Amino acid sequence: MNPFSSGTRLRDMIRAIRACKTAAEERAVVRKECADIRALINEDDPHDRHRNLAKLMFIHMLGYPTHFGQMECLKLIASPGFPEKRIGYLGLMLLLDERQEVLMLVTNSLKQDLNHSNQYVVGLALCALGNICSAEMARDLAPEVERLIQFRDPNIRKKAALCSTRIVRKVPDLAENFVNAAASLLKEKHHGVLITGVQLCYELCTINDEALEYFRTKCTEGLIKTLRDMTNSAYQPEYDVAGITDPFLHIRLLRLLRVLGQGDADASDLMTDILAQVATKTESNKNAGNAVLYECVETIMAIEDTNSLRVLAINILGRFLSNRDNNIRYVALNMLMKAITFDDQAVQRHRVTILECVKDPDASIRKRALELVTLLVNENNVTQLTKELIDYLEISDEDFKEDLSAKICFIVEKFSPEKLWYIDQMLKVLCEAGKFVKDDVWHALIVVISNASELHGYTVRALYKAVLTYSEQETLVRVAVWCIGEYGDLLVNNVGMLGIEDPITVTESDAVDVIEEAITRHNSDSTTKAMALVALLKLSSRFPSISERIKDIIVKQKGSLLLEMQQRAIEYNSIVDRHKDIRWSSLVDRMPVLDEATFNVRRAGSFPASASTMAKPSVSLPNGVEKPVVAPLVDLLDLGSDDILATPSSSGPDFLQDLLGVDLGASSSQHGATLAPKTGTDLLMDILSIGTPSPAQNSTSSVDLLSTADVNSNPSIALDTLSSPAPPHVATTSSNGMFDLLDGLSPSPSKEATNGPAYPPIVAYESSSLKIEFTFSKAPGNLQTTNVQATFINLSPNTFTDFIFQAAVPKFLQLHLDPASSNTLPASSNGAITQNLRVTNSQHGKKSLVMRMRIGYKLNGKDVLEEGQVSNFPRGL
Amino acid sequence: MIRFILLQNRQGKTRLAKYYVPLEESEKHKVEYEVHRLVVNRDAKFTNFVEFRTHKVIYRRYAGLFFSVCVDITDNELAYLESIHLFVEILDHFFSNVCELDLVFNFHKVYLILDEFILAGELQETSKRAIIERMSELEKLQ
Repeated sequence: MNPFSSGTRLRDMIRAIRACKTAAEERAVVRKECADIRALINEDDPHDRHRNLAKLMFIHMLGYPTHFGQMECLKLIASPGFPEKRIGYLGLMLLLDERQEVLMLVTNSLKQDLNHSNQYVVGLALCALGNICSAEMARDLAPEVERLIQFRDPNIRKKAALCSTRIVRKVPDLAENFVNAAASLLKEKHHGVLITGVQLCYELCTINDEALEYFRTKCTEGLIKTLRDMTNSAYQPEYDVAGITDPFLHIRLLRLLRVLGQGDADASDLMTDILAQVATKTESNKNAGNAVLYECVETIMAIEDTNSLRVLAINILGRFLSNRDNNIRYVALNMLMKAITFDDQAVQRHRVTILECVKDPDASIRKRALELVTLLVNENNVTQLTKELIDYLEISDEDFKEDLSAKICFIVEKFSPEKLWYIDQMLKVLCEAGKFVKDDVWHALIVVISNASELHGYTVRALYKAVLTYSEQETLVRVAVWCIGEYGDLLVNNVGMLGIEDPITVTESDAVDVIEEAITRHNSDSTTKAMALVALLKLSSRFPSISERIKDIIVKQKGSLLLEMQQRAIEYNSIVDRHKDIRWSSLVDRMPVLDEATFNVRRAGSFPASASTMAKPSVSLPNGVEKPVVAPLVDLLDLGSDDILATPSSSGPDFLQDLLGVDLGASSSQHGATLAPKTGTDLLMDILSIGTPSPAQNSTSSVDLLSTADVNSNPSIALDTLSSPAPPHVATTSSNGMFDLLDGLSPSPSKEATNGPAYPPIVAYESSSLKIEFTFSKAPGNLQTTNVQATFINLSPNTFTDFIFQAAVPKFLQLHLDPASSNTLPASSNGAITQNLRVTNSQHGKKSLVMRMRIGYKLNGKDVLEEGQVSNFPRGL
Repeated sequence: MIRFILLQNRQGKTRLAKYYVPLEESEKHKVEYEVHRLVVNRDAKFTNFVEFRTHKVIYRRYAGLFFSVCVDITDNELAYLESIHLFVEILDHFFSNVCELDLVFNFHKVYLILDEFILAGELQETSKRAIIERMSELEKLQ
């Protein structure tokens, strides 16, 4: 170091930075240093370069930007001296990675250094290449590296071997070039070279089948011999770790043998003896020995069937499992998961120990154990294991409950021997970890409950009891609310008592209390509240004696902050109000039994909630949407009938979304009134909805349609089924159209769609190669707007590609272009493109339409542009 | 394969960070922060393995320093635990009784030792003596 050079020494800089008391001070010091370094870089003094770069690396480690130093690395690498190169390569590996363009500049220096006469320089270049080489560099430098694998110095050989590992990872095509060189490395005595050679072979085997076959036939025996020699070797202080000679090499060898033995009985057979020897002779009182045993077990389990070895392996795992060291137990659990596939019985024997591991304080062990337990469950032990897990759920950490409850639900759903048991277990999970249970799980529970008609009474009573104690568990409350709404009458009358039940006395008022609690509790979420509201409507018919009270609760929700809730409260209120005899109508009937098969298919596929699927007879439509045969009342409540058109600009969020469906899952966003397309499947919607025939003409989910429903055509809705004699009438375009329907108030005047006078089609444009025709229609009830269908016909003998039609209109007109049917126009009038335009004339009656157009397309690869003006629009548009 | 190696103190200051896979600078900082948070509060009796995103981190604590190695999910945890120890032994030998300050002031040497020990995310040399000898050879060339 030159003491006279400006700037501080590296050591001083580190000291200065460490002395900083605050982050601000540190930033100041770093900023000053960076400024100095920049200045020195600009001076381009080669003398300070490597010191500057060292400083930059330190600054980089602290997390400050150091891009300006990248070029310095390259300069240092290009300089002749070893110390400069060394720090240059270090900087290169630290400050750059394979994705940076700058790296391309270094390829040439690397190539020179790989051929350098000084082997230390070669070592540096190999090291850098191995750590950061990109695919392009790998291709460029592979021949050099391949040659260096045979280099006389072992330090270079091992580096070249690992460098090749990286190269074949980056460019698997190069694998075959390295096979021979790699095989030669397996004969090495030098441990460092051998371990890297084994690694390279392993890599080649995993990416190239021919290489695998080659090593299998040529090298298996040699590798076995190497492993045997090492296992039997005398004490070698240099490589000894806790009495084992080079456990790292042991492990690499065992791993390579694993890929060689897998799927090949002969190779597997060859290695049986040595594997048995390693498995029995290796000391297992230290980590190193266990690491070797662990690898050995994995190899035994992966190679072709050798039963005696597998027994040995399972025994080792059993020993591991009872080890006091947590690390060892962790790997045992890990490995038992693999063992379960070929010896379930042996793993089952350790069930008790594994269950204990589920309760371990260490989250890593718990997680492994839980996964293993899930695999262990079968029809015979499901009740016992579930009981254990649920008991533990009560006392487990909060952050583990989510995983645990999910696994329990999975087990219960998969293996439940009977419905009663399933419902009982699920209730327990909901009580303990209700807030962690996923939607599809409790949806499934409701489907099961709905199907178990003989258990309705039992379930609703059990839920009632549970919800009194665990009212903070959101999903429990939801299921309880749903069941009480559906089966409230069974709750108060103790219908369908099972032998195991104690009779309870629940008054109608008690049942309503639960719902009221759910709807008024401040932390209930909107879904729960909405479900509660539906339950109230249903209960108003089940419990006529207290329907006034129920009505009061519903009325309070008129003040809800959620638009959906307000809307529903008003609707339900008027239903209860006007139609006292509602209890005889099917509106508030029990939900029809939900179809489990459909639900499961849907859950598995989780395709967007299109139309609800009912167990009722249904008609399949070609687009895969099932259309329930419409019951009269469904017709009324279901405004999502075929006539509703979607106009995404309408403002009412969600409110028409299936009157009795309570899909509020997505409506929490309704304040923003943003109507992002809802792709999320809301199964609840299906469960609770009363059949929503989906418009067949629209392939998007009916949820969207309904949520934005703007009733602008004329759904004639059979109101008479509400025993109100209102005649069918037309809902007009208004967001409160639904009120009108339900209240039977202010029947809006019927606006029969008038198609207006017909307008003759025109030829808007015609050239030697292109003809454009316009046909016109008027939107009903809106004289200002004209729908124009443009038809483009290619008169030339060549196909037009990239066809694009543009149009411009004066200010008094508004133009909306829909996408064209295609952008390729076949030759010789042999087909046409159509495109819809919507023109709104704000001066309708005073001025007529006028339009300029520009048509662009490619003809034989050349761009063609045509322009024209249309002024021959029919009058009166 | 080793994805990255981190050497952090209890406060979360990174003393060495070696990445064998390309990551954005911001991503590296996030990784360092997350790994530190994962390992720092674990009980000494707990396993030395924590799952980290789709990989796992094998860590070992020496005084106030955490050595963390992020490896593939199928790799042998115990072997990497052993190699961390070997690395620490090498450092201890090289600096004769290594302490955190040695690593701070000689950070570039730590990187050089690591480069002799691990390359391309794989173990390169398992003999402590070989690495120490190689280092002193290289030092002489300075």
